[in-house]
Amino acid sequence: MSLFYLETLLIETYKIIFLVLPVLTAVALIVWLDRRVWAFVQKRRGPNVVGPFGLLQSLADALKYIFKEIIIPATSNKIIFILAPIVTMTLALIAWAVIPFDENLVLADINVGILYLFAVSSLGVYGIIMGGWASNSKYPFFGSIRSAAQMVSYEVSIGVIIINVLLCVGSLNLTDIVLAQKDMWFILPLFPMFVIFFISALAETNRPPFDLPEAEAELVAGYQTEYSGMMYAMFWLGEYANILLMCALGSILFLGGWLSPIDLYPLNLIPPVAWFIIKMLFLFILFALVKAIVPRYRYDQLMKLGWKMFLPFSLIYVVLTSSFLIYFDLLPKV
Amino acid sequence: MLIDDRMIQGIFFYIFALIAIISAIMVTVSRNTVHSVFFLILDFVSISCLFIMSGAEFLGMIMLIVYVGAVAVLFLFVVMMLNVAQQENEWFQSKKSKEQNSSHIPVGFLISTIIFFELIVVIGGWKLKPEIFSNLKPEVMSGATNTHSIGSVLYTDYIHLFQISGMILLVSMIGAIVLTYKKRVGLKRQSYIRQISREKISGVEIVTVDKNKGVKIDV
Repeated sequence: MSLFYLETLLIETYKIIFLVLPVLTAVALIVWLDRRVWAFVQKRRGPNVVGPFGLLQSLADALKYIFKEIIIPATSNKIIFILAPIVTMTLALIAWAVIPFDENLVLADINVGILYLFAVSSLGVYGIIMGGWASNSKYPFFGSIRSAAQMVSYEVSIGVIIINVLLCVGSLNLTDIVLAQKDMWFILPLFPMFVIFFISALAETNRPPFDLPEAEAELVAGYQTEYSGMMYAMFWLGEYANILLMCALGSILFLGGWLSPIDLYPLNLIPPVAWFIIKMLFLFILFALVKAIVPRYRYDQLMKLGWKMFLPFSLIYVVLTSSFLIYFDLLPKV
Repeated sequence: MLIDDRMIQGIFFYIFALIAIISAIMVTVSRNTVHSVFFLILDFVSISCLFIMSGAEFLGMIMLIVYVGAVAVLFLFVVMMLNVAQQENEWFQSKKSKEQNSSHIPVGFLISTIIFFELIVVIGGWKLKPEIFSNLKPEVMSGATNTHSIGSVLYTDYIHLFQISGMILLVSMIGAIVLTYKKRVGLKRQSYIRQISREKISGVEIVTVDKNKGVKIDV
């Protein structure tokens, strides 16, 4: 009997390791991709020295971070200072537990998958607040306060957007959400919601043009100012893992997850996981292009956009979606 | 050693319950207010773990989203902004605080006694006569997830209570805004519509300047 539990434990550990390792590798690669796209837009070359096409650049950076000294400021709150990057990175990684890569390729197929993702992404703000407060310094504190207000505001509109999708699905399970898009991806009926989701995701992950928490011209590096060495690298990793997660969420909610666009011969041959990765990469390249092209928002503009434009618009769209579904009797049957 | 499902469940239940109770005590005990809020967050998280363990996964997740994701962030905001953390030591160590504390003890004692008796009445009644509570329990659809069953009860049988609680929240929100909103004078606001609809004709005025006279710029 006890052997059974040991075996389950081992199998689950094995599964977790084989989920976390690819995610971390993917994070290292998208950091490289981000820098390359950014460089190409600005007619530079970007990192191209370490390894083929510079692919190993992130590995070299990681090695550099590992061998650097970790400096803990004397007046900081040491426990919380050390906890902050750990919280950020852990939260960024545990969210991947519910992401379905294929119909049965998911670590935890829970009933409330989308709520879990939403909860974990709303917890992500704590890493930043803790880091900023524990540093006991002005710039990090300003950065973390800005970031907290920003993330809380844009979560609201992401929540309302998710309601739009859920109205069409009738289930909170991520696998069900993807399977509901077999006939039509939700990007077609809910295109305005996709645009708002994309912009809110930029704000939620503190990406440019909404990177006010770490606006280098005003706040040095925001909440990361006092961090060094591996702890800084953990913030960095957590941030990119969150960006990748938002890409995965976007492709699950709007782009049909692992489904191929049309169920025809040459497209059938590509494995579903590859479709999922292609969609995530597409979204990520959009993220990277936005970083290269769009100038930074002012803080009051950011708040105005979140509360006065996105929130009312997505609420109105909820009413529209639900009235459409009721009028044409398309509401999902439970 | 024999391990079965109940035992595993028991172990996890006691771990989460212990964390919840210890962090609840630490909320009141810890001297630093920001630490208290972090312990409160730990408390919320472990309680939501308990919800999930007892099969109420929807409630657990909502608990995380609402309390940890929004309410605790507000607490943290207020505590950090007011900088209560720096005042704590002086207040705790002063003699005045001891007098104040002792005057609060009877009130706190009264409240905790009331809560204790309420718990005894509810749990005792539930243990002695379970059939009293059976007609309060709504019919739960068999085989439905608890998201579906909550939705089917909340929006049908209890729709009025649900609407009323929503209205109370809305009123309190508007009230808070009305009470704290101050209209400031001389504030420059940006209006996108005015900026975009600006024309060349209204933006620039071409003036012919006479020789040796100059032009009067409007004051």
